[in-house]
Amino acid sequence: MSAVSVEGIWKFYGDYPALREIDFVVEEKQCLALLGRNGAGKTTMLRMLAGLLRPQRGTIRLFGRDSHEAEARASFGVLGHGIGVYDELSAMENLRLFAKVYSVPDAEKAAKDWLVRTQLDHVADSLVREFSRGMRQRLAVARAFLHNPSLLLLDEPFTALDDRAIALLQSLLKDAVNRGATVIMSTHQLREAMELATHVALLARGRLKFHGPRPVEMLEDPTWLYRTYGEG
Amino acid sequence: MRYLRQTLTIAAKDLRSEIRTKESLNAAISFAIVILVLFSFAVDPSSEQIKEMSGGLLWLVFAFAGALILNRSFAREQNNDCLDALVSSPIPGSALFLGKALANFVLLTVVEFVSMPIFGILYNMDWMRQPLWLAAVLLLATWGITVIGTMFSALTVNLRMRELMLPTLIYPMMIPALMAAMRLTTLLINGEGIPADDWIWVKLIVGFDIIFTSLAVTLVEIVLVG
Repeated sequence: MSAVSVEGIWKFYGDYPALREIDFVVEEKQCLALLGRNGAGKTTMLRMLAGLLRPQRGTIRLFGRDSHEAEARASFGVLGHGIGVYDELSAMENLRLFAKVYSVPDAEKAAKDWLVRTQLDHVADSLVREFSRGMRQRLAVARAFLHNPSLLLLDEPFTALDDRAIALLQSLLKDAVNRGATVIMSTHQLREAMELATHVALLARGRLKFHGPRPVEMLEDPTWLYRTYGEG
Repeated sequence: MRYLRQTLTIAAKDLRSEIRTKESLNAAISFAIVILVLFSFAVDPSSEQIKEMSGGLLWLVFAFAGALILNRSFAREQNNDCLDALVSSPIPGSALFLGKALANFVLLTVVEFVSMPIFGILYNMDWMRQPLWLAAVLLLATWGITVIGTMFSALTVNLRMRELMLPTLIYPMMIPALMAAMRLTTLLINGEGIPADDWIWVKLIVGFDIIFTSLAVTLVEIVLVG
């Protein structure tokens, strides 16, 4: 069964088609880098996969289920532009909250484990509003990974991360892929993405210009895809 | 059971956030007290007139103070895109809605139970003559107001003028529940009990609560996902 199946997706903002007739399939254990210039439709695509937007036409299925079903939503973790954690709660309270929302069996233990893994255990009881930007990003990563999702939807996950946080995220993503998770990430940081990506997709003005295994040329020259299939 | 647990998790989260920041509770209580004090200058507290309008005065205060609480309900989810994190989680939209409505209900009830003794002192009223019936009417009408307000808080959360839009939209919707609550509260504060003719108002509030809770629970997924 495919992890993600997208068929004939159209999404309009007013009269403007943000996505036009998008079809692609992501098999389990693949890591897809969703590439494209600003405004290409990457965030819209990821928000639709996460069930935050409904397409005007077409269907999205996650592990064979409609993306709005509770079982489908339980199967993925999302890291979007916002960190998705509450400033007025502590790091521990935030993770405990999301562990309960995802019905993680031992919410307390899961929250503690992820605070350790993201090196935030020393500030577990501090309010998030007192955190630095990097610490907030790491807490957001912990929130997205907390329930061991089978699918990770990451929207520009490396943006605004320092070297240490990038290394941490890459290591967590490698662990997730090794345990069999599927990853879809949009990014402009091509070098970081190419270390993980098994497949790439290129969006340009709402159209899917390329989807397939990562071309070997991209290891030497990450911009190769843009020059060959994109808009330069 | 899982549904109930998720609902209570959201309610507890909202109440914890509010206890930490006190941003809407302080504003709502202060507002309620200020209105009660100012209005006490406008009418003679010892007059018969105040007895007849006591229910109306109280529910206008609760409705206006409630808007301050309801405005923050979904607005607090906008910081850091927390609403996206919840909507994309497996928690049903209706559990998310009921959790937030429950938290708003608790906060508005706190405002009411702080306001009542102050009302009693300022207007020289013995408001505890029918305490159980009065509590029942307060709770039933508060739930109705909360359900409407929480639903419209979700609808208006992305509007630029939401502080203005929310009251504009919710007050007309609340009219049946407010009319019933005003009439019953006036009767109960004056120690009259509820005469047979006025049971229609109790039925109206109960019906209002059932209809709007069912509607909100059914429609909230459409409101939350664009």
